Amino acid sequence: MRKWLHKGRFVSLFAMLALLLMGCGDPTLSTLIPQGEVADKQYQLMLISISIMILVLVVVFVLYAFVLLKFRKKKGDNSTPKQVEGNHMLELLWTVIPILLLIILAVPTVMRTFEFSADAKPSSKGELSLKVTGHQYWWEFEYPKEELITSQELVLPVNTKVHVELSSADVIHSFWIPSLAGKTDTNPGDKSKNYMWFDTGSKTDVVYKGKCAELCGASHALMDFKVRVVSKEDYKNWVASFKAADGKSSANANGQQVFEKNCLSCHAVGQNGGNTGPSLNGFGDKDRVAGILAHNKGNVKKWIKNPQAVKPGNNMPKLNLSDEEIDAVADYLLGLKLK
Amino acid sequence: MATHESHKKRSGLMDWLTTVDHKKIGILYLLAGGFFFLIGGLEAILMRIQLIKPENDLFTGELFNQLLTMHGTTMIFLAAMPMIFAYMNAVIPLQIGARDVAFPYVNAVGFWLFFFGGVLLNLSWFLGGAPEAGWTAYAPLSTSAQDTGVDFYVLGLQIAGAGTLAGGINFLVTIINMRAPGMTFMRMPLFTWASFVTSGLILFAFPALTVGFFLLMFERVFDANFFNPEMGGNILIWEHIFWIFGHPEVYILILPAFGIISEVVSTFSNKRLFGYSAMVFATVLIGFLGFMVWVHHMFTVGLGPVTNSIFAVATMAIAIPTGVKIFNWIFTMWGGQIRFTTAMLFAVGFIPTFVMGGVTGVMLAVPAADYQYHDSYFVVAHFHYVIVGGLILGLFSGLYYWYPRIFNRVLNETLGKINFWLFFIGFHLTFFPQHWLGLMGMPRRVFTYMSGQHLDEANFVSTIGALFMGAGTIVLFINIIVTASSKKVADKDPWDGRTLEWSMPVPTPEYNFAQTPLVRGLDALFVEKMAGNGKMTPAEPVGEIHMPNGSILPFVLSLGLFIAGFALIYANWIIAGVGLGIVLLTMFLRSILDDHGYHIHKEEVEADIKGGRA
Repeated sequence: MRKWLHKGRFVSLFAMLALLLMGCGDPTLSTLIPQGEVADKQYQLMLISISIMILVLVVVFVLYAFVLLKFRKKKGDNSTPKQVEGNHMLELLWTVIPILLLIILAVPTVMRTFEFSADAKPSSKGELSLKVTGHQYWWEFEYPKEELITSQELVLPVNTKVHVELSSADVIHSFWIPSLAGKTDTNPGDKSKNYMWFDTGSKTDVVYKGKCAELCGASHALMDFKVRVVSKEDYKNWVASFKAADGKSSANANGQQVFEKNCLSCHAVGQNGGNTGPSLNGFGDKDRVAGILAHNKGNVKKWIKNPQAVKPGNNMPKLNLSDEEIDAVADYLLGLKLK
Repeated sequence: MATHESHKKRSGLMDWLTTVDHKKIGILYLLAGGFFFLIGGLEAILMRIQLIKPENDLFTGELFNQLLTMHGTTMIFLAAMPMIFAYMNAVIPLQIGARDVAFPYVNAVGFWLFFFGGVLLNLSWFLGGAPEAGWTAYAPLSTSAQDTGVDFYVLGLQIAGAGTLAGGINFLVTIINMRAPGMTFMRMPLFTWASFVTSGLILFAFPALTVGFFLLMFERVFDANFFNPEMGGNILIWEHIFWIFGHPEVYILILPAFGIISEVVSTFSNKRLFGYSAMVFATVLIGFLGFMVWVHHMFTVGLGPVTNSIFAVATMAIAIPTGVKIFNWIFTMWGGQIRFTTAMLFAVGFIPTFVMGGVTGVMLAVPAADYQYHDSYFVVAHFHYVIVGGLILGLFSGLYYWYPRIFNRVLNETLGKINFWLFFIGFHLTFFPQHWLGLMGMPRRVFTYMSGQHLDEANFVSTIGALFMGAGTIVLFINIIVTASSKKVADKDPWDGRTLEWSMPVPTPEYNFAQTPLVRGLDALFVEKMAGNGKMTPAEPVGEIHMPNGSILPFVLSLGLFIAGFALIYANWIIAGVGLGIVLLTMFLRSILDDHGYHIHKEEVEADIKGGRA
């Protein structure tokens, strides 16, 4: 495939197109600036199809412009133009050429479609397995082999093939990291689990943006997540420190007490806590509050004070906490850092 | 029962409520569809205003989801479909040389069902909020919504959908049975052909939707569990049923637009349609293939590579007959004498716009790449290129073309051209940047986006474009008012037409043809013009004309269903029973009361012919 691409006569057109499309958008979000193997192959498919389509557009537009300019009615000309029934040769031509163009497109289409779903299931021989669960409106990420569950922020080692199992706890969501791979829906129900794989690319210490791509309720627009790609070494350290997390924070103990009393039934910290809400281990290291707000104390307090004002329709209740208690919990959460 | 003939002339409002005349029902469809088009357009502009800048907080969360749901639902079911039916009603009986549709009473039932369904759906805005699960209403989002929005959606559309099905069947029968002598299938104008195929698609696609809506209704109203995985249901059932209807629906919408464009391009190039039989074949083929591609809406659902590949190739195949159409239109213009009237301008704008929507369609047919495009703004751009750039430009073209036939006035051409340029430029400004937004990672159906993602500029341009489109539409309405207030009655054949509808006097007599015309070839009127006659040869002597009586029953029947639907939303079984009782009662009355219609006497017809009224 690649060889054909580089040798083919499309090369120059490709280069021009790539120039035109490159630099389009945010390098951690745009599908036009692919960073991993899957996104890269998808980008190539886009280029192939766009090239064929531009060819079609140019032919049609040139012909069309010619006809519109040449055959306008001239003043005073009242003759009746020749009534043409058709032309078999021409009609055959514009049936056969599109068929050929579509065959050219169909071959890589089918190839890649099979390639992207082959060997997607997490298995023992895979490099890295991941279970993604969509919730209204946050993402749960389970690393089954490492036996840890985190939320909102994926941490992944560089140059690694990731096998993903996708499901949902409520409605349909869709898991999309445009820079690394196209989306796959997370369906509720055991029978409707999905599988995909992607490659984390060669850049380290980048944070890619992830999106929910299926309308899932009032805060669908705010269901962002992050993918932090780190070196293999850093990844190992991260796993180790995550597993060693004990819910101790650098902040004063008061915050921890309030948290354990009010929040722990839903949110896991250290080895304890429920799983109806996102796990908060390593909260202090995260990039965003609730997936969208800038990571600072003011926003943590804003969120705890009235979650509905930030993400309408989410399932976190408005807790009956005093301002001091909220302040203490915010300090506690921001102090939850992994070593 | 009474068998004697009786005929009551009704006037004013009562005339419109009881009419079974296809010309008047066409106007009703156009007015109601136009009204819903304005509402849907307003919803679109509100959404674009919310998205004009990042992190805007004008319409957020649930309210935005209501806007996007109602925009899509309104535009598809309550604006586009009725406007198509408006033209089918106004034009088809005239194009095939018939005095009315096959079932005038059913025609009225179809309109009133659509109307009451649309009203019911839109009442949700005032009664606890509109539906918010998208026009696709995917389960379990739609089944788990706590408020009554989705109930209004399912019951309103169920009622409106029944009307559409009735209309589709009616036009199938009309086109098969009511053609004038000599009007063979292969002499039918392309608009009639396209509407024929569309009616066939309605016949097969809408029952799927009806079944889907019944399942959804049972989930919502009676707590059934078809889509609930915890109770052994499966969410994918809804997606499949919806798209088994939903994809043919796309062709139900676009084929009549193809028909309109074929008529307009041919008339204003003063040439017969190039490759007529290929055009007919392509139309039928598109309709047929349209049923086997629904999974391309579900490539990311996880149906596996085999399914995805099969549907990918089937989808690509549709590009071939569509390409045939494009080239045939261009070669119809080739060697012609193109007159750039407003109707023709819309048609000329349609062709390249639709080609652009078509090529992105082929791109979307590539599953492995679609994983990136799917549910992003790229898809939004694609289907608006096809539906607005295709269908709506086609409908506008048809409006300017047939307006003299429907309303006896020619729309103002200067205002028409302003209308076209504002709308056309606005359209491309709105939707072209959205291709890029999608590729740059913006999902669709989001009420906001954060700044710093390189999405701001394109969104801004898009909103400005939407305002242009709004302005274009306002100019159209100014045009309609200006034209209505002018006294100048249209010529009976203002465009030098080629088909039968331009052979009749203005205004069209209520019985259409005093004498059924004899059709002697494709472009029946043009054939006569070339033969030097300038008018149709009658196929029968002047005689009595049998006409159907108007009836209030279609209105009452639809009102009964409206009441029943309303009551079901609030689980009020008594009132629901009363509503259904009204429906059954009208059906009973319709069956038991013989109505033989009435005859227009030969003398009256002769007087009309003498006076130039027929």
